[in-house]
Amino acid sequence: MSKHEVTVTVNGRPQQACVEARMTLVDLLRDVLRQTGTHVGCEHGVCGACTVLFNGRPIRSCLMFAVQADAADIVTVEGLADASGNLSVLQDAFWEAHGLQCGYCTPGMLIAAQALLEETVTPTDEEIREAISGNLCRCTGYQQIIEAIRLASRSSTAQVADHDE
Amino acid sequence: MTSEPRSGFRYISRKRRPQEDRRFLTGQGRFVADVDLPGMKHVALVTSPYARARIRGIDTSAALGAPGVLGVLTGDELARATDPLYTGIHVPGVRRYPLAAGEVRYVGEWVAAVVAEDRYLAEDAAELVAVDYEAQEPVVDPEQAVLPDAPLVHVDQGSNVLLRKRWNWGAVAEEFAAADHRISYRARWHRSSTVPIETFGVVARWDESAELLDVWASIQMPKFPDHLANALRLPGNAVRVHFDVDVGGSYGVKRGIKHSVLVGHLARTLRVPVRLIEDRLENMRGGDAHGPDRIFDVSLAFDSDGTVRAMKMRALDDLGAYAGRAPLQLGKPVGAIVGPYTIRAVEYEAISVATNKTVQEAVRGFGQSPTNFAIEMGMDRIARQLGIERLELRRRNFIAADQFPYLIPSGSTYDSGDYHAVMDKVLDAVDYPALVARRDELRREGRLAGIGIATCLEPSGGNSSFEPLLNTRNETTTWMDSCMVRVDLSGSVTAVMGTSSSGQGHETLLSTVIGEVLERDPDTVRVVHADSLNALPSNSPVGSRMAIMLGGAGAGAARRIRQAVVAIGAHNLGVSTADVEYSEGAVHVRGTPERGLSWKEIVAIAHRKYHLMPDGMEPGLQAAFVWEVPGGGTLPGDDGRVQMYPCYAFEGHLVLAEVDRETGLISLRSYVVGHDCGTVINPDIVHGMTYGGVAHGIGAALYERFSYDPSGQLVSQSFMDYLLPSAHEIPDIRIVSHCTPSPLTTFGQKGSGESGYLGAPAAVVSAVNDALAAIGLEVNEIPLWPGALGDRIAAAEETGTGTAGNARAVPWAGPQ
Repeated sequence: MSKHEVTVTVNGRPQQACVEARMTLVDLLRDVLRQTGTHVGCEHGVCGACTVLFNGRPIRSCLMFAVQADAADIVTVEGLADASGNLSVLQDAFWEAHGLQCGYCTPGMLIAAQALLEETVTPTDEEIREAISGNLCRCTGYQQIIEAIRLASRSSTAQVADHDE
Repeated sequence: MTSEPRSGFRYISRKRRPQEDRRFLTGQGRFVADVDLPGMKHVALVTSPYARARIRGIDTSAALGAPGVLGVLTGDELARATDPLYTGIHVPGVRRYPLAAGEVRYVGEWVAAVVAEDRYLAEDAAELVAVDYEAQEPVVDPEQAVLPDAPLVHVDQGSNVLLRKRWNWGAVAEEFAAADHRISYRARWHRSSTVPIETFGVVARWDESAELLDVWASIQMPKFPDHLANALRLPGNAVRVHFDVDVGGSYGVKRGIKHSVLVGHLARTLRVPVRLIEDRLENMRGGDAHGPDRIFDVSLAFDSDGTVRAMKMRALDDLGAYAGRAPLQLGKPVGAIVGPYTIRAVEYEAISVATNKTVQEAVRGFGQSPTNFAIEMGMDRIARQLGIERLELRRRNFIAADQFPYLIPSGSTYDSGDYHAVMDKVLDAVDYPALVARRDELRREGRLAGIGIATCLEPSGGNSSFEPLLNTRNETTTWMDSCMVRVDLSGSVTAVMGTSSSGQGHETLLSTVIGEVLERDPDTVRVVHADSLNALPSNSPVGSRMAIMLGGAGAGAARRIRQAVVAIGAHNLGVSTADVEYSEGAVHVRGTPERGLSWKEIVAIAHRKYHLMPDGMEPGLQAAFVWEVPGGGTLPGDDGRVQMYPCYAFEGHLVLAEVDRETGLISLRSYVVGHDCGTVINPDIVHGMTYGGVAHGIGAALYERFSYDPSGQLVSQSFMDYLLPSAHEIPDIRIVSHCTPSPLTTFGQKGSGESGYLGAPAAVVSAVNDALAAIGLEVNEIPLWPGALGDRIAAAEETGTGTAGNARAVPWAGPQ
């Protein structure tokens, strides 16, 4: 099996690896680069646990080969908090609303929500449901996740308003 | 949320951010697939394509020669080296090993395991293992499998019926004879499960010098280390299971004992760390984690005023190819066999039949949700037959608040409850007349709309009494849990628990109750998960038990710490313990706050100043507490009467559904659930589990099914065909809380881990039947897939069956 050099930027840090053509992006992230926050749930693109931001857009890292990610900019759950470990507004809102239980779908859910809020500052409930509809959660019934995203949206808006004053 | 119960507690029942959430939000959880040991090798499995076949031979030579392969293990080799896996009932002819030996009994059953340098290479090599099968006629239909001439899944057992028990509690025949009316009906709960987003995984490492097997697994299983050691023929102290592994969801099924025996054996024989992480296909087909698959035949005897006098229930469960623990799921519902109702007499027959399908595992509620579904369908039928409003019918049969403690015919005593009060709150919260008006408005628009009602109980505080009930060789009468609390020299508090967690928030639970007792900030209490060699006994988070059992044990240990602090304080203040007061960890002479000792001072005495300790007191500041399930400790009587679980939470669901006339697609427009689980330790955690339980129940009612074709092929084995509900399918859910404390537990708490799931399927079916009554249809099997339902609606409308009156019984369609 042929090996290929891949260079990816993960959470702002350029990383290099030599991988087989058949290695998936999620296996590169988890097994080679040891960023294990991103999870594997179904490996056929349905559950969304492996969602990462790929050049700013949420994608399934189980459905992409690592070699396809060459030169890409990737953000995983480990990249959401700031450098000193302070939680992002979104992470804090998930904590406040207890928008998780076992934590397994959480990284993908956070990434999907992050992508939504970057596009739509104050989403409606319908827009929130649409944005996370590709991410399955078995613990929460989605209720507190939706509450968390609403809360994050309100908090971000309030922060912007504070800043404007 | 409305009407949050108020409490006199300092921390309990109050909003507090769950302690464990932070690590999950930052990607710092430690799941089994995150465990990375130096030199670790990877397993891929060779699985059976046949539902039933003899294995004539296995050629592993090509696989052994493939790149990166360390070894290939077959079932015959493993069966020689290990003992059969534990079975919950007495079926000596059913021997189960991790890999099939000689014969395969379901599609996806593991036949051989390949170990290689990485998973990719292991899968390459697994494809090179050549298995020579001789296919045989499978047994797929459970109602055929019980017949005497059916092919046998296990020839040595002599029958596919692995369990058949019948009990009579009360004057069933007399009640049936005396009642004004009788109905009989069938309810079919097809095979589904909990299907966590994390599959099962296990990592094992054998340390030859210590003769010790270290195991990390995504486990939620009582007595897992013991079962593992037994099967591997090792002493219990040669297996160390690490409980500090985060489990990515379980809801009952994460009991990968066969996976762990296999991987433990491979690590030991190959002398390398080995890991097996199921892929989704392995999980769905061969993970042995399917759930109940039940046919209920029920008869009810009732009077014209709606009083239900007696019930006869026969539950036939298709348990799949091996017994495992699944047959015991027919026993647990005995503890709440009459639901929240005053039904006086019950005949219950439980039958487990083996077929050539994937093995079942424990699923949220341990059989209670299907049973509730069957009971509630009958309550709706009686209401329609008598023309009594459905909630009113239930109210006429509710056990009243002043009847507790209440002994039900099958021997369990319900601890407490106020079902009328909960339903009053639900009706208020939802504005019931407005909900009815909304339904009727939809109907006027020509739509099929219906309101569903379901009320049921959540037995909690699991005590495993169903084991001796269904297996007289099993004398289990304790199902303890425990906690150790230590205060170190700095005054910090650490609690040690002896099991892993799968999303239930045990760290928050323990720190909250310990903080409550010690009057110390729970956020300063650290909770750690021990391993099986340094843990006190635990029976893991099953049976909605941890708020009761782990909470009770943590509080018990904290009380012992508090007593020690009081004793040290009184001794040094020169007064008796009766004359001091404890306040936030400090102790002072009653009425004289200035004469006292601080927490730090008392901790320092305990750790350093033995000369200041009361005589006979042990140094340090630590306490262990092992708690027995309240009301446990006795074996069932010969009549099968037994106290099942100690505590009984109540839930009442009210749902508005619409059925699309053309497609049969069901949409839920409004969902309210009233919930009384006694004192709530952490409201966000309890609400979260209830929301999730409702969603899981909606999945079971509308979408999820492991379907088999007549040849025994599993045709829903990926997330493309086994449909988990997404945020689109789950409606906004409203919880209405009520609190009737349990008199049996430390703070009045009951269990809540199965809440929502226990009543949601019944409620959804109730709503659909209310909608379909207009066209004379009734459904009695779940899940309710739109295709089949749409066809039936079209047929009903074509034949012009009535638009009013009682629903016509629809014959059960058979297993497909």
